[in-house]
Amino acid sequence: MRVIQAGQVTEALTRLGIEKAYKIPPDMLRCFDAALATEKSETGREILRQIQENAAIAAQGEVPYCQDTGTAVIFAEVGQELKVEGDLEAAIQEGVRRAYTDGFLRKSILADPLRRRNTGDNTPAIVHYALVPGDRLKLSFGAKGGGSENMSRLAMLRPSDGEEGVKNFVVETISQGGANACPPLVVGVGVGGNFEKVALLAKKAALRSPEARNADPYYAAMEEELKERCNRLGIGPMGLGGTVTVLAVNIEVFPCHLVALPVAVNVNCHADRHGEIVL
Amino acid sequence: MAEYALTTPLTDEAVEKLRIGDRVLLSGVIYGARDAAHKRLVEALDRGEAPPIAVEGSVIYYVGPTPPRPGKVIGAAGPTTAYRMDAYAPRLMEVGMKGMIAKGKRSEAVKRAMVDRTAVYFGATGGAGALISRCIKKAEVVAYEDLGPEALRRMEVEAFPLTVVGDCHGGDLYLEGRKAWEGKA
Repeated sequence: MRVIQAGQVTEALTRLGIEKAYKIPPDMLRCFDAALATEKSETGREILRQIQENAAIAAQGEVPYCQDTGTAVIFAEVGQELKVEGDLEAAIQEGVRRAYTDGFLRKSILADPLRRRNTGDNTPAIVHYALVPGDRLKLSFGAKGGGSENMSRLAMLRPSDGEEGVKNFVVETISQGGANACPPLVVGVGVGGNFEKVALLAKKAALRSPEARNADPYYAAMEEELKERCNRLGIGPMGLGGTVTVLAVNIEVFPCHLVALPVAVNVNCHADRHGEIVL
Repeated sequence: MAEYALTTPLTDEAVEKLRIGDRVLLSGVIYGARDAAHKRLVEALDRGEAPPIAVEGSVIYYVGPTPPRPGKVIGAAGPTTAYRMDAYAPRLMEVGMKGMIAKGKRSEAVKRAMVDRTAVYFGATGGAGALISRCIKKAEVVAYEDLGPEALRRMEVEAFPLTVVGDCHGGDLYLEGRKAWEGKA
């Protein structure tokens, strides 16, 4: 049994949380370069240039990339041969608390959805645990913006809706809400599982690198096709018209019941702040 | 597409010449307010009270910034999505607000009020919080301090880069821009 201290989790997460708010990941920066090269609208190109300049200013570490520094979402994969000395959940929450406080990030989390009092430190983070083989702890972190989250959708399709039904639902979601979600977007799509599983798949997909295609060639081709269809909508950077609406469509799938075809679309804005820690 | 340098407060004459797609560099005093501050502003107006800002010719920026680092004016300060303020915007235009800065589509009621009251909707680049913070030279909370990031702020801006996304002639760049580029990728 390998042993780590809960305090190590807090420290690593504090560092990662602050870093991501200021430094947009390199895969996103490469996508911005590619977008600028392909965007045909002058207004769209001007927005993309502003996005690039914004990334460069934020990377200096004085001002975060976006004022919505997000909900902290963490996928924790806990190795079965690892013992965490102390309280893992408390350590994760403390890491998030310190990142948002010490990093001068915005505290956007309300203690109650209807009575709407701010918790003041951006906790609680939303944490999803999975037990996995091995003796490591892997934390996949995302600071997920609220505006794009609001444009996300879920549907329980009929099996007869098939592949076309799934694809149409994705394109329809971007057609309806894409302009409000701060495009160019990274679109996370979950297919299969059940009602709650499909939402988790979509979230995982939304936080996956925009450069990583699905390992299954069937879904990788669908990702490319959906990217093209979304970009033909004409929504463009910030919704002002153009040929780059999405940077990537990421699909994650899971087996499902024979009567079901669940699909979920989790929309991520260009402030796609994702990263990993392995302890 | 024309380019203009404008200074607040905005006049009807300045607003009337703006068309969707125009680029504007805005300077002067603007007010930062979002959901909760809008609710309180409109409630104050409905009670017949004077609002805590100079409404005539004003420009309201839908923003909830990050906290400033010590010695800094403000943190990241990009626009939030506008539709959540659609319920309040027409009431503010009634009393003389001339401009809104935000991102995303507006309701028909807001667009109608912009035509009736000669007002303009400017789009700022969502997510460009660091870039925009450089244009904000002064910021202070003037009301509703208890709302934290949602408090009402008075800001002095210099050359804030904006695009006209809704004009007082009924133009809507979210519709027109998309129409122009649909199927062109």
